[in-house]
Amino acid sequence: MVHRPWSSSHRRSAVSRQPSAVNIHSFTHSKLKMLYIVITYLWASILLYLLLGGADFGAGIIELFTSKKNKQVTRKTLYSAIGPIWEANHMWLIIAIVILFVGFPVIYSTMSVNMHIPLTMLLIGIIARGTAFTFRHYDAVVDDMQYLYNSIFAISSFTTPLFLGIIAGSAVSGHIDPQADTFVDAYIFSWLHWFAITVGLFTVSICGFLASVYLIGETKVEHERLRFAHKAQFFNIAAVICGALVFVAAWFEHIPLFDWVFGNWVGRIAILSATLSLIWMWALLYQGKIDWLRPLAGFQVTMILLTTTYKHFPNIVLLKDGGYLSLTEHAGQEKTIEALAWALLSGSILILPALFYLIYSFQKNPLNYGNEAH
Amino acid sequence: MNDFIAARSQMALSLGFHIIFSCIGMVMPFFMAVAHFYYLRTGQAVYKNVTKAWSKGVAIFFATGAVSGTVLSFELGLLWPEFMKHAGPIFGMPFSLEGTAFFIEAIALGFFLYGWDRFNPWFHWFTGVVVGVSGLASGILVVAANAWMNSPAGFDFLNGQYLNIDPIAAMFNKAWFSQALHMTIAAFCATGFAVAGVHAFMILRGSNVPFHTKSFTIAAIFGCVAALVQPLSGDISAKDVAIRQPAKLAAMEAHFHTEKSASLLVGGIPNEEKKEVDYAIKLPGFLSFLAHGNFEAEVTGLDRIPEENHPPVAITHYAFQIMVGMGMAMMLIAVLYFAALWKKRKWLQEPWLLKLFALATPLGFIAVEAGWTVTEVGRQPWIIYGIMRTADAVTPMPGIAYSFYLFTAIYASLAVFVVFMLYRQIKMVGVLYDATADH
Ligand code: HDD
Ligand code: HEM
Ligand code: HEM
Repeated sequence: MVHRPWSSSHRRSAVSRQPSAVNIHSFTHSKLKMLYIVITYLWASILLYLLLGGADFGAGIIELFTSKKNKQVTRKTLYSAIGPIWEANHMWLIIAIVILFVGFPVIYSTMSVNMHIPLTMLLIGIIARGTAFTFRHYDAVVDDMQYLYNSIFAISSFTTPLFLGIIAGSAVSGHIDPQADTFVDAYIFSWLHWFAITVGLFTVSICGFLASVYLIGETKVEHERLRFAHKAQFFNIAAVICGALVFVAAWFEHIPLFDWVFGNWVGRIAILSATLSLIWMWALLYQGKIDWLRPLAGFQVTMILLTTTYKHFPNIVLLKDGGYLSLTEHAGQEKTIEALAWALLSGSILILPALFYLIYSFQKNPLNYGNEAH
Repeated sequence: MNDFIAARSQMALSLGFHIIFSCIGMVMPFFMAVAHFYYLRTGQAVYKNVTKAWSKGVAIFFATGAVSGTVLSFELGLLWPEFMKHAGPIFGMPFSLEGTAFFIEAIALGFFLYGWDRFNPWFHWFTGVVVGVSGLASGILVVAANAWMNSPAGFDFLNGQYLNIDPIAAMFNKAWFSQALHMTIAAFCATGFAVAGVHAFMILRGSNVPFHTKSFTIAAIFGCVAALVQPLSGDISAKDVAIRQPAKLAAMEAHFHTEKSASLLVGGIPNEEKKEVDYAIKLPGFLSFLAHGNFEAEVTGLDRIPEENHPPVAITHYAFQIMVGMGMAMMLIAVLYFAALWKKRKWLQEPWLLKLFALATPLGFIAVEAGWTVTEVGRQPWIIYGIMRTADAVTPMPGIAYSFYLFTAIYASLAVFVVFMLYRQIKMVGVLYDATADH
């Protein structure tokens, strides 16, 4: 006899609820609160990954766009800036993925199927980058291998956010077609189109921008600062150009991006305040004041994420046939969401103070590259 | 290669790769904490050097473990979307808690690796312990998720629907304890033997003997204690499997025919056509004892299980034999080592004991890989035991074979890199750490 635990003592109640209890209407009022807590965490971890992971990717992108003679200095600044929080920066991605597959399994599995190829590319980037970063620092012998690690690190710092952007862009592009009957329609054109690619490039330039702004505050040497300020300018311009291209691509592909961003007050206010804060930021930079740069850059990116997600919330995947996958309608059952919310809340109580203390202690007393961990 | 086989192979490869790094990530922090503790207590520089040298190795392993784990959390969906669609909300609880454990581990690692000479020494020491404890916690949690696949719980399965989900009951399924216990000990055993073996080899070569002797002793004691208790925990697992998954137990033992007072097989070549095992040594009654604690008890054979639910017998059987064989070998070495520590101090000076350890370097990890093969292959054809078939869970995307080749190439080159990196670390010990200097 095969033992079946699921039909014996583990059964909780004899009455079964609505068969497909995956609908928002089956959530009781207080549990709906739990669902919104989970959604907030999902959004926050995506944002934090974009900001912290993004700055981290950006540091590698800067390396890619730095002349040979400055590379070594850049690398040192970079290392002392991100070394200790390196691992933690990438945890946000894992948190977001876990929230998706536990709380919103239909969204996770649909994306996994149709985005198989870009997700695989993303993973390759993550593997290459993570290992190259560690190897180049911990290799006990310093020789020509460093050149290899550095190139892998810089290139994958570019491709990883590129594919992240492509995946994010595809999710809302309406190119995903669960009914597609050819390989190319289902697995290639779901992500290979101009809108997604421009979103990818936009993401890359945002990362470069975040990193340059971040690094300005990490060095005490005046001409270094200037160099990072130039980089920030460069990536700022790149972001504006790529952003414009995203709109152009959206227009050609009939994606109502303009309406999403400017068709409502939240979007308009967000874009306006982001623009104003950008101007303020540049003014500060030219006066040589650097204290507020990071929060301002962070604010701008937050506003961008807000505008692009606000209008079609709670739908985060828009399908070709006009259907969509929604964070409320395609959430898991009540008990799952409740447990997930409690796990996230109690996790934060443990994590956040420790994380702040980590960042604080290495901000107050930065690493001296070359001496630590040896 | 068909897509289904490719998906299974890719999953097996990724997990088989990750488990090595996660074992080291879970266990090494404890070794370091011991060395670090001796340093703080005695002030001997050699202990500080051991701690630092190990922590660099761990940083390399940790990064590789983290990326391969990140890959896994995507692969579950990339390869088994149908499974994740239903299983995600049920067995997700340990994963959501694991997120916290990982995070704490990553934060504590930041403190530990970069915190030399900047914090109170005991706070710094403590962060190292936190790395280990949270690593262990994440290992136990993820094994609880795997145990759920072996012993589904926490939902009602009616007309193909997964109802009344209870994530807590799912986490504390019937298999979680035996699996988590066995896995935790396995991690100590495998890592202990691997680390001890490498240091034993260096002592034999005569380089930096004080450094390597201290390292060897710490690792060997951890590994040997684990090797002594592992068979006991294996026995708990076997008794558990006999109740939960008789098909798996039957496959492990290539036990084709239900019988009372069944014999335990040592070695042998299962013949799935003729339903016989050739050339095996039979220990009458011992299988009944292993499975049910009674030499007379009846043990279900594959004949009681419908043909379409049979796991692959040969692989499961060989893997089980390998695990137990390695376990016995390590247990013997452990007995010799403890005998040497307590009674025969002079053996410690003799090269044969060190040679034995050097030879045993890979045994623990071979056992870990074999043990997981037993668990996972023995669960086939089910991905959720008795509920969903693996074949029904696989991604509809064609061409997975290419993905498998790609990942094989990636993991192979990563493995080469890691070995190369460690080789360089060990080679440089004499240069980086002057064991006579006092700093
Ligand atoms: C150092 C490693 C090691 C050693 C020496 C052993 N095992 Fe093991 N075994 C594992 C490492 C392992 C493992 C890799 O950790 C597994 C895979 C899944 C699990 O929970 O533990 C496992 C699984 C596993 C299972 C299947 C559990 C399940 O599917 O739920 C059984 C029945 C045993 N083992 C039994 C034994 C016995 C009787 C041993 C006697 C010496 C033994 N193991 C030694
Ligand atoms: C790290 C240790 C592990 C190893 C070495 C391992 C090994 C394997 C192997 C060999 C297979 C292929 C079995 C076959 O197709 O015949 C497999 C399949 C699989 N494993 Fe594991 N496993 C491990 C842990 C886990 C954990 C913790 C989970 C999930 C929580 C998991 C989930 C799966 C899934 C989803 C499959 C594919 C479906 C299947 O073949 O049943 N495994 N694993
Ligand atoms: C029995 C099997 C497993 C064990 C014992 C295990 C244990 C661990 C441990 C201890 C770590 C910390 C990394 C290190 O210290 O090197 C880790 C990392 C990780 N594992 Fe696993 N794991 C297993 C299987 C899995 C599976 C199936 C998944 C995915 C679903 C997974 C996802 C992850 C992730 C995302 C990380 C990275 C977290 C970080 O950056 O620390 N693991 N694993």
